[in-house]
Amino acid sequence: MDFLFEPFQHAFMQRALVACVVIGFLNGFLGAFVVLRRMALMADSLSHSLLPGLAVGVLLFNLAPLGLFVGALSAALMVALGAQILARGSRVKEDTALGVLYTVAFSAGVVLLHFVKVRVSLMHYLFGNILGVSNQDLWVGYGVALAVLPLLVALERPLQLLLFDPAVARSQGIRTGLLNVVLVVALVLTMVSSLQAVGVILLLGLLISPAATVYLLCDSFPVMLWGGGVLGMIGAVTGLWLSYWIGVPSGACIVLVLGAFFCLAYLFSPRYGYIPQLIKSRHFHEESLARWNDHGHGH
Amino acid sequence: MSHHSLEVRDLTVSYRRIPAIHHLDFSVPCGQSVAVLGPNGAGKSTLLKAIAGLVDLESGGVLFHGKRMSGASQEFAYLPQREMVDWDFPTTVRGVVEMGRYLSLRWWKRFSTSDEAAVESALESMQLTPLQDRQISALSGGQQQRVFLARALAQEAHVLLLDEPFTGLDQPSMESLREVLRTLRSQGKLLLISHHDLSSVQDTFDRVILLNGELIADGPVKETFTRQNLERTYGMRVFSGLSHGLPI
Repeated sequence: MDFLFEPFQHAFMQRALVACVVIGFLNGFLGAFVVLRRMALMADSLSHSLLPGLAVGVLLFNLAPLGLFVGALSAALMVALGAQILARGSRVKEDTALGVLYTVAFSAGVVLLHFVKVRVSLMHYLFGNILGVSNQDLWVGYGVALAVLPLLVALERPLQLLLFDPAVARSQGIRTGLLNVVLVVALVLTMVSSLQAVGVILLLGLLISPAATVYLLCDSFPVMLWGGGVLGMIGAVTGLWLSYWIGVPSGACIVLVLGAFFCLAYLFSPRYGYIPQLIKSRHFHEESLARWNDHGHGH
Repeated sequence: MSHHSLEVRDLTVSYRRIPAIHHLDFSVPCGQSVAVLGPNGAGKSTLLKAIAGLVDLESGGVLFHGKRMSGASQEFAYLPQREMVDWDFPTTVRGVVEMGRYLSLRWWKRFSTSDEAAVESALESMQLTPLQDRQISALSGGQQQRVFLARALAQEAHVLLLDEPFTGLDQPSMESLREVLRTLRSQGKLLLISHHDLSSVQDTFDRVILLNGELIADGPVKETFTRQNLERTYGMRVFSGLSHGLPI
């Protein structure tokens, strides 16, 4: 048992544990929307666009968490909005517009961080460090979770309609444009709160892997939301624990654990897994062969 | 005529300032099944979407039972083309039919017994009860179309706007869908259906609306579905392209 609990005797590990529970759940929960709305590219772009916002935040407010929070939030929202405007006003499609904008934003972030006087490492923002989570970071996490989760739960039905059938959602009077904005803002808030833990590059894994895993296991929208949350939490805590014993970076370890969950579901999910489907199709083949033989064709 | 009917008055819808449908005026009584016919780009889908409140109207409006409709309404159900929907969505037949109750339920309330009853009877009348727990991608095209219809029934809609429901169905599925539509019509529903297979019009519909950007003709199949009207509908180039010099 000591083996299980020993890591969490240190104060920094306790904070990291709480952070894993909060942001693991939050990301896993939100991931369902990203997977079903096919927003993975959008989410990746947004996470990368946090970087210039962070750099400006550091330049203007030093390392104050609130300054970083506001900086990252506005940078990501600017890229999201900019892509919409570019896509509407020209023949360029939204994914292309996002691709152009987010790489520009990311590069601007790298250049800006070069001029920052405070000693901050680029690596820190790229890959995060959950062991360096401060109490203030935790408060940001709680705040975002308290704002985002109840809102998404309350909007579950309209969101489900929007994801499944946007035309019918609109014909039922749902303001799909507004709902989209709510979704993007919730996404960016979640990302900003997870930044310290996993960094801008690994954010996407924490966000979509749990939801993608549960997507392979169930046929229920609510189960996908809550199941994704629980799986994200379990994966984050497991990853943190493993990283302590193996002595490797925690963010990467968390994403690897979540990736392993996904692989297991991909291979063994009873309904949609690769291997059960392979067995099923062979079974059908044999059955139809037997039927063919029964009808006297088999000689 | 103004009661128990759907009236479309002076309806114009434009995309990027090019009109897709142009000053349409017609009226159809309830309890009828109506084919919306016309060549590609004639504005069939646009007409259905305009009635459903999905696109902005440039002029005119829609009256139902003599009342002007604006925005979303429980009375109207739009059934999109099958390929517009993500069939891998994690939900079951029953889950989709329950979505029909969302509008009347508001989004925070729990399902009441009357909601449950509406869902049950919708499943029952579309013969989906045995399939209710099935994931929606594990259905045939005809069954998927019946799921959409069941959702519209659960919504208790009176006007059903179906966008190309027969496309991609095999012969037996088409026949059973036709049967289902007949039943709905006899229950007093008004069915507006965009359609492109001219050979099946006489067996399936009571009325036709012939459309080519503008209204060519509308009325009962026997009187309106004539060679002359069809030539006028399909024989000329699509209105919006023609008058704006676009290649078709």
